[in-house]
Amino acid sequence: MKKSVFLGALTVAGLAAGASAAATLDDVKARGKLNCGVTTGLVGFAAPDENGRWEGFDVGLCRAVAAAVLGDPDAVEFVPTTGKTRFTALASGEIDMLARNTTWTFSRDNDLKFDFVGINYYDGQGFMVPKSLGVSSAKELDGATVCIQTGTTTELNLADYFRANNISYEPVPIETNAEGQQQYIAGACDAYTTDASGLAATRAAFENPGDHVILPEIVSKEPLGPLVRHGDNEWGDVVRWTLNALIAAEEYGVTSANVGDMSAQAGDNPEVNRLLGTEGNLGEMIGLDKDWAKRAIMAGGNYGELFEKNIGENTPIGLARGLNAQWTDGGLLYSPPFR
Amino acid sequence: MTAMTDPQKESFRLSMLLNDTRYRSYTFQFIALVALIAAFAYLGSNLAANLRAAGLNISYEFLEEPSNYDINQTLIEYTSRSSHWRAAVVGVLNTLLVAFLACVTATIFGVIAGVLRLSNNWLVRKLMAAYVEAFRNVPVLIWIIIIFTIMTAVLPAPRDFRGDEAEASMVLGAFAFTNRGVYIPKPIFEPLGWVVLFVFVASIIGAVLYRRYATKLLYDTGKLLPMGWPTVAILFLPTIVAYFILGMPISLEYPELGGFNFRGGIQILGSLIALWFALAIYTGAFIAENVRAGILSVSRGQTEAAASLGLRPRRIMNLVVLPQALRVIVPPLISNYLNITKNSSLAIAVGYMDITGTLGGITLNQTGRAIESVLLLMLFYLLISLAISAVMNVYNNSIRLKER
Repeated sequence: MKKSVFLGALTVAGLAAGASAAATLDDVKARGKLNCGVTTGLVGFAAPDENGRWEGFDVGLCRAVAAAVLGDPDAVEFVPTTGKTRFTALASGEIDMLARNTTWTFSRDNDLKFDFVGINYYDGQGFMVPKSLGVSSAKELDGATVCIQTGTTTELNLADYFRANNISYEPVPIETNAEGQQQYIAGACDAYTTDASGLAATRAAFENPGDHVILPEIVSKEPLGPLVRHGDNEWGDVVRWTLNALIAAEEYGVTSANVGDMSAQAGDNPEVNRLLGTEGNLGEMIGLDKDWAKRAIMAGGNYGELFEKNIGENTPIGLARGLNAQWTDGGLLYSPPFR
Repeated sequence: MTAMTDPQKESFRLSMLLNDTRYRSYTFQFIALVALIAAFAYLGSNLAANLRAAGLNISYEFLEEPSNYDINQTLIEYTSRSSHWRAAVVGVLNTLLVAFLACVTATIFGVIAGVLRLSNNWLVRKLMAAYVEAFRNVPVLIWIIIIFTIMTAVLPAPRDFRGDEAEASMVLGAFAFTNRGVYIPKPIFEPLGWVVLFVFVASIIGAVLYRRYATKLLYDTGKLLPMGWPTVAILFLPTIVAYFILGMPISLEYPELGGFNFRGGIQILGSLIALWFALAIYTGAFIAENVRAGILSVSRGQTEAAASLGLRPRRIMNLVVLPQALRVIVPPLISNYLNITKNSSLAIAVGYMDITGTLGGITLNQTGRAIESVLLLMLFYLLISLAISAVMNVYNNSIRLKER
């Protein structure tokens, strides 16, 4: 397996040799399809539904980019990646962008030579324990056995947190969220730790969600966002501003329902006019046409619509907006101006 | 004086490389070698060019940096501040530990099952056949997961041991079987305790020497010394005497429930047990077939000849059949040991931190140095496998047919 991965990487590197690093936008247009890396399946963020159609919060972003660039939100080839394969897939050119709960860190940005184009979910690492343990703070977890998904930044945060608080623990490394769930329920570990959004999604799937508490400590910052290869700034701008367009659309009240009317003619708000192409030529500046943002918003709705439909409080995942609310509502979402 | 002229030396011509059967095979081998080197050179230069284009490089500097992650089973001292290199070494030791345990256990299972498959008892024979067929024909990954799942689902969690009316209790007050692993008492050596241990090791050597001496005496003079009870006496008497004279310097630390887990004693991780037994029963089935083939390869005439000399069945097996059978058994046994070592990389399925889990898993992920890590991983497995082969080949040479 190790060998095949290596040879696979070599082959991919060989195949991608012809494609120069700086023309992903042209490649995508010529191919007529966007290759988008997603998780192998995390309900709410990216998972195939019963018809085999990929759905989710991250998937929505892939579709928005495909709609903006190619005019068709379905012109996406979803490439499932694991925590281990995701960076190799992106670096080798197998995928054009990665939208997969990936934490923006310094070394990933610089050492691995990727560009994070923005943040689509502000997350943080938390702990879940059975109520019966009587634990009310993560600092009381001295000597506990903790289940943790291997290959994630949470693994490092966990080590840092326990070391900083001078308490001991025993890590139980697991490969997938499903496996962690099973181990935790069987009592093979006292606590389960991952991003708070993941904990909420996991707890929602339990038989008795009320028997488990999520401890108040959030021990890390986990800004999750889409990323592209370093060095292709044109392509990076396309993905960055597609994400910004979705966020700005929510801020200005542009939804998938009214975007058609609003883009038919210039309205009162010049920012919306520039966003939707009824004024100015922002689309041309990033190598697209003037309707790019309109198509991106029509694909799955603005940021708020995507959130509510996939992971919001009315879904089984049941996440509150929290930090991910618009800055006008006290959250951190803040799109630079479209001008 | 007789003059013998050498046949005239035919001068070498280039066409002989193709037409002369003496040289033709070399030509083709040379062409194949050049093609192979060219292929690898192409792949290598391609890789280097692509890495350069992406602004990346091959560098092993990350091995010196702190790993920042914890490992649940460390045979040497290790913290999250240790380097990636040390994490890799911890992984190698974990790999070697599970490989060693599984090799020993698989050999025991295999020899027992292989011999019993030739038993005259119909039931025993069929049971062993069922074992071999069932375990050999299901992938080892499935066995690992089955054993691990059964362990976590069936055995009680540590919290079930708590309270006055606990659902679970410790066996003999010393062994705790939980779904996180098995806890056993740990011997604590005071300084003099090491002396006792030394005496015991010396006794083992003494017992071996005694048996050699007895065998030599038997062959030289025909005098038969008793073997059984003196061996036991040499093994245990001095140790027991030393233990009490020195004031019982070895004590046992029993595991106790404290906080979330058992503390004290030795913890054998559930993942280690699952991996160990899955590898052992799986490979044991293959070894059983090797043993059976080895025994069947010794011609029946040998057994009959030994029987006609008046040897008892056990002696026939030990002195006549097995020594000859070993020559057939050992070479495939080596490859089975190699398989165990390589299959131990499936450890990640149950979260056992072997070399694939540390260097090829977490380190690879956290540093993103995939090519470097995988190359290093390949090197480690290659070295481990070659070392096992070398050791086993020495053994194979020592038991092969000695032509005098």
